[in-house]
Amino acid sequence: MKRWQVFANGIFRENPIFRLVLGMCPTLAVSTAVVNGLGMGLAATFVLVCSNVIISLLRNVIPKEVRIPCYIVVIATFVTIVDKVMAASAPGLHQVLGIFIPLIVVNCIILGRAEAFASKNTVGRAFMDGLGMGIGFTLGLVLLSFFREVLGEGMLLVAEDFGFTGWRIIPEDNQALMLILPPGAFITLGLLLAGINKLSAKLSAAKDLAGKGGE
Amino acid sequence: METPQLIVSPAPHIRARQSTAGIMWMVVTSLIPAAAAGVVLFGRPALVVIVSSILAAVLAEAFCQRVTGRRITVGDGSAVVTGLLLALTLPPELPWWMTASGAAFAIIIGKQVFGGLGHNLFNPALAGRAFLLASWPGAMMTWKWPAASLSWAGESVDAIGGATVLGLARQGFFAKHGVAVPYSQLFMGNIAGSLGETSALALLIGAVFLLAFRVIDWRIPLGYLGTLAILALLAGQDPIFHLLTGGVLLGAFFMATDYVTTPITPGGRFFFGLGCGVLTFLIRIYGGYPEGVTYAILLMNAAAPLLEKATIPKRFGEVRADV
Repeated sequence: MKRWQVFANGIFRENPIFRLVLGMCPTLAVSTAVVNGLGMGLAATFVLVCSNVIISLLRNVIPKEVRIPCYIVVIATFVTIVDKVMAASAPGLHQVLGIFIPLIVVNCIILGRAEAFASKNTVGRAFMDGLGMGIGFTLGLVLLSFFREVLGEGMLLVAEDFGFTGWRIIPEDNQALMLILPPGAFITLGLLLAGINKLSAKLSAAKDLAGKGGE
Repeated sequence: METPQLIVSPAPHIRARQSTAGIMWMVVTSLIPAAAAGVVLFGRPALVVIVSSILAAVLAEAFCQRVTGRRITVGDGSAVVTGLLLALTLPPELPWWMTASGAAFAIIIGKQVFGGLGHNLFNPALAGRAFLLASWPGAMMTWKWPAASLSWAGESVDAIGGATVLGLARQGFFAKHGVAVPYSQLFMGNIAGSLGETSALALLIGAVFLLAFRVIDWRIPLGYLGTLAILALLAGQDPIFHLLTGGVLLGAFFMATDYVTTPITPGGRFFFGLGCGVLTFLIRIYGGYPEGVTYAILLMNAAAPLLEKATIPKRFGEVRADV
């Protein structure tokens, strides 16, 4: 696989949310507003890229028996950086994301990429993998929180930390509150997964057909 | 040359002429008195709720079956039953688009996502109602008393506002003002509530029809209503009041008896009703909402497979291994 393929892999073919279905805890919990999803996604992307690079650099030094604790130490370092930076620069967002920022330490996507990719690949490829996976995760979160914020809150892009008051899409008191509640997260994610599965089945069928035509 | 086909099928080999569609349309027929009572009591808005709920349910069913490439079976009446049942559990003046989204949710998420008729875990109409209650709690708790139905309240009439009978009981209204809603008014449905749940008379007509044609099993309603009445007696409350108010009659006869979401074993059915009765009573007395029929039945739906497993009847000649 070429480097850009490693990058694109995380966004489409192995999208952490829609294809690997990893990192569901933060996905379901924080996707109540686009800015929360974006914040969570970017925080995870930063940790993912940095930890992938460091772990790839140390891949020949870390003893196999204690690799998981080593990964966690590396990941936790970057999570602490994100946590402190966010608390200082966007306190509102930091408060909303709450426990889910420290919990990035045990995020399946990050540990999974460290174990499955970064510990076996060169630094450049690990970087591209981290970036692709991170952006794939962010896009998934933004898509999910877009539907939940618009339908459940009736607003789009409310982000008081950054001075956006947002737009009202659905008239006041008409929004379907359930979508920002936990069941709404599961139902929206399920429907999105179904839609994306259908779309990818269609695309791969079209690809097969085109492949046959070219022969 | 055509070979004659040997059809091998499990027992029973004697078949009735009853079909799914036949049963569904009988249920629709049995609900007509309650729907009519709703329209008479609450006027045109109630009719709008009923029509938009049924239309949305049928359209959602056809849409889902179209998208997934299955045969479109809206003619079997099951979507009409879901739409009508949902409408009967709604406040009479709910806006049409909320009603329609509730009905679409009931069919799409409550039923088709699981694989369509016969595969759903939860009663679709109640799933739709739970969705509406979580989404638009304000509109879902806006009640209206039918015109000229408040003479019993005397001077305390101004304190009633938009609460249902159970809501008032919860606030301690009846004890405080020393008044009571006459049984006759509760029985006729001349009270505030969901548009199809208020008239006990209309519901009982439909229930007798279903029981007479053996469409529903008497064990579930008996277990449900009996348990509720006994618990009310034990708690020192008026059992007749508990049976005639809220959605318990509608739930016991028309929703807790849904074939798909309730146990098929006779014992399981009785315990299903019993569980519904206990949960309804607990929610009414201790819960956050004044009425608990929706959640009681939904929770028992989840327990239905377990009840079925626990109450498998002994087969003829079977000897249990542990005996």
